[in-house]
Amino acid sequence: MKFKNNVLLAGALALAVALATPPVMAAETAGGKAAGPRIADFRLANGLALVVIPDHRAPVVTHMIWYKVGAADETPGKSGLAHFLEHLMFKGTAKHPAGQFSTVVARIGGQENAFTSSDYTGYYQRVPSEQLRTVMEFEADRMTGLVLTDAVVLPERDVILEERNQRLENNPRSRLGEQMDAALFLNHPYGKPIIGWRHEMEQLSRDDAIAFYKRFYGPNDAVLVIAGDIEPDAALKLAQDTYGKVKRVDGIASRQRPQEPPQVSPRSLTLADPRVEQPAVQRSYLVPSFATAKANKLSGQSEALEVLGHILGSGSNSRMYRGLVVDKHVAVSAGAYYDSSALDMAKFGFYASPGAGVTLPQLEAEADAVIAQVIDKGVTDEELERAKARMIADAIYAQDNQASMARWYGQALMTGATVDDVRQWPDRIRAVTALQVQDAARQWLDKKRSVTGYLIKDTTPRAEQPAGIQPVKAEKRS
Amino acid sequence: MMRLFTAALLPAFALLVTAPTASAVTIEKIVSPSGIEAWLVREQAVPLVTLNYSFHGGGSQDGAEKTGTANLAADLLDEGAGDLDGETFHKRLENHAIELSFQVGRDEFHGSLRSLNEHRVEAFDLLQLALTAPRFEAEAVERVRRQSIAGLQRDTTNPNSIASRRWWQTAFPGHPYGRETKGTLESLPTITADDLRDYVRRVFARNELTVSIVGDVDAKTAGELIDRAFAKLPAKNDLKPVADVKPEGLGRRIVVNLDVPQAVVTFGGQGLARNDPDFMAGYIVNHILGGGSFSSRLYKEVREKRGLAYGVSDSLVWFKRAAVVLGGTATRADRTGDALAIIEAETKRMADDGPTADELAAAKSYLKGAYALSLDTSSKIAAQLTQFQLDRLGIDYMQRRSAMIDAVTLNDAKRVAKRLFGGGMLVTVVGRPKGLVSSGGE
Repeated sequence: MKFKNNVLLAGALALAVALATPPVMAAETAGGKAAGPRIADFRLANGLALVVIPDHRAPVVTHMIWYKVGAADETPGKSGLAHFLEHLMFKGTAKHPAGQFSTVVARIGGQENAFTSSDYTGYYQRVPSEQLRTVMEFEADRMTGLVLTDAVVLPERDVILEERNQRLENNPRSRLGEQMDAALFLNHPYGKPIIGWRHEMEQLSRDDAIAFYKRFYGPNDAVLVIAGDIEPDAALKLAQDTYGKVKRVDGIASRQRPQEPPQVSPRSLTLADPRVEQPAVQRSYLVPSFATAKANKLSGQSEALEVLGHILGSGSNSRMYRGLVVDKHVAVSAGAYYDSSALDMAKFGFYASPGAGVTLPQLEAEADAVIAQVIDKGVTDEELERAKARMIADAIYAQDNQASMARWYGQALMTGATVDDVRQWPDRIRAVTALQVQDAARQWLDKKRSVTGYLIKDTTPRAEQPAGIQPVKAEKRS
Repeated sequence: MMRLFTAALLPAFALLVTAPTASAVTIEKIVSPSGIEAWLVREQAVPLVTLNYSFHGGGSQDGAEKTGTANLAADLLDEGAGDLDGETFHKRLENHAIELSFQVGRDEFHGSLRSLNEHRVEAFDLLQLALTAPRFEAEAVERVRRQSIAGLQRDTTNPNSIASRRWWQTAFPGHPYGRETKGTLESLPTITADDLRDYVRRVFARNELTVSIVGDVDAKTAGELIDRAFAKLPAKNDLKPVADVKPEGLGRRIVVNLDVPQAVVTFGGQGLARNDPDFMAGYIVNHILGGGSFSSRLYKEVREKRGLAYGVSDSLVWFKRAAVVLGGTATRADRTGDALAIIEAETKRMADDGPTADELAAAKSYLKGAYALSLDTSSKIAAQLTQFQLDRLGIDYMQRRSAMIDAVTLNDAKRVAKRLFGGGMLVTVVGRPKGLVSSGGE
């Protein structure tokens, strides 16, 4: 249950990489052992869910509205639409012309942004607490009041194309990730990039955006999370006064996506790019998320995978780093990760970059040996306890940051978890045994359910191309 | 956008523009038993402690042939210290979820520590070991060196890295500020363990140490913890002087060819020292031109109206010996020239005419209100306290800040806009920007 990395932000005020890895976050400590915040949740008559996370240390609030719709809900042929709509949500409503909401947020000393993942779309403002009602009024208004014209839609389409250039085309590692996702998911739309395929993005229209908006946005499909300097009752009253007046939207499509067939064949691919100076090998396995484990009565498996991810790949005493970088000197960097928060299946991955004189197949074999060791011999009690201590402490560190808490709960509720699931997360991590970790590795780190990607330097001489043409080999684009 | 506002909306604004709530943060100045001064904010809501500190003497202490020394030392401090080898040191950190981080800036070495209350004594002891007795063992030095070199190799085809490096090299030739603190592919292989020890010996001392601590801790305990970490350090550092310098190359445009679909642009010029009487006016004016919000002129003209880029912004950056205003964008190759022309025109318009009264009022309102957002976690507060101390702003700066913003008049803003943006810019462009060539150089 960690915050997802592959989420796109609308704003990109930070030029370098707007998507720096967010801090690791976790839920509050359960069972009253640490006096965490008193989290309250409500549901309004129109179906809107409300979660309030009081934190009175600073006179500010974080206000986030989350919609249960993401890139995986796009119609085939319209990739990038969920994210495009997220950008267009800043273009004004019948009541408030384009730019007014942002101007007011800036005037009151607030900050705002928005984000899109495969499973959800969210909008937030961070403002002085006495200004909460103002942003709630604006946000409630754009829940159903968006008005779009080509005059604002077309330049914004150019913006998302530049965003794709910035995130993907200018970055060989991101391009490899995109290809690997496409290969990992044989049938599920998680295989599409959230930002969209360029040729489809170029065709997205005003009508596409409005149709998507009407199909998915409404109070009964949304979760409001308010963290910071406010009490639950006061937040509820404000929510009733603002969002409470938005009518239910009937017929919001539920998130039923095409599911994966049994995966029976390991896949592998190579991305060659002339800019690669540091080759790499990566692998992604298709594994249960928290939500699918829960739905399929695979109790504890997602938590076991979280602990496994930590032991295998987090920090300099992890199996991957120690095995490949410190002990064998075959890699300059290595790690592994698992993100449990997905409505459908999740990914477990590892990566490594070879040292001098080491080939990618050699490095892959060494990484496979590290995994085989865990499958055969399991993990030590010391490793298990160290991982758990670190993960559970993160739950307390998270309380220091109201925005982290808001994102934490919002994301969980968007991906099939409940407030109680988040609350009980530290207890579930505590309960993971060494045997469960070994079983999870044995059951889920199966190459038949995986794709392996090599990133290499493209040394093919190429004809001079006009500027602006993608320097990519043709077969990689299809 | 402000100018498009209709009268009907103004009453709403009148309500909105209330005085920002006074921050709840109370800063105490404390002195540890060994005499180390620190600023403390007591925060009892979450059972943790956050320490932020800096030593004067960052990357600018590296010799010209040994750039990257400070950075490599920072990366190795937790790879074994005292009687603990690297593996054991990391295990001690991980077992108790203690976080130590070390970063090298141009002027300072920055560090932070975060720990649950129950493990704070161990946390400060481990920090003391890292600062006073790092091992710099050959295995670790070579491993971390390889990682750094791998990163630098990646940078050689990364348009952002190239644009930034070229900008700094050209602006500050022959000065430490012109060098990358990460070092170069040539310098890193030459750095020895003795170089690393020499850096630590010269920089980690008590005389130019700045300390901030935030958490569920009283003044007495805070002083004891601070002594655990820092009391054993030498009394005095031994730094090489760094000369005052101004950015050169203003008016130049440098185009670096790289086969990427999107051109990356870095632009900037002379900035304002933090203690310049015009600093606050400059800060406000820059916020209006290209600062961090969706309402800046550059954001509206480059992104919103024309869709030329996903992001564009600039900011004031200040050091001990120089100050710059620095910005960037990334834009499609066939319209890089257009984007650059707009940035230059908007910068000139700001220099010539300054902001409007409405823009000035909106920026003041934002900068006052948004301040609380930078003080809502222990880590942010601790980092701010360190910066206040380094900038010599005074322990009451937070109380005075709003009045300082309010005191900036429209005439001040216009005058400082001319001063800040009237001097020309150095621009670096990396990619295949259509029709753009280097200009203004020798």
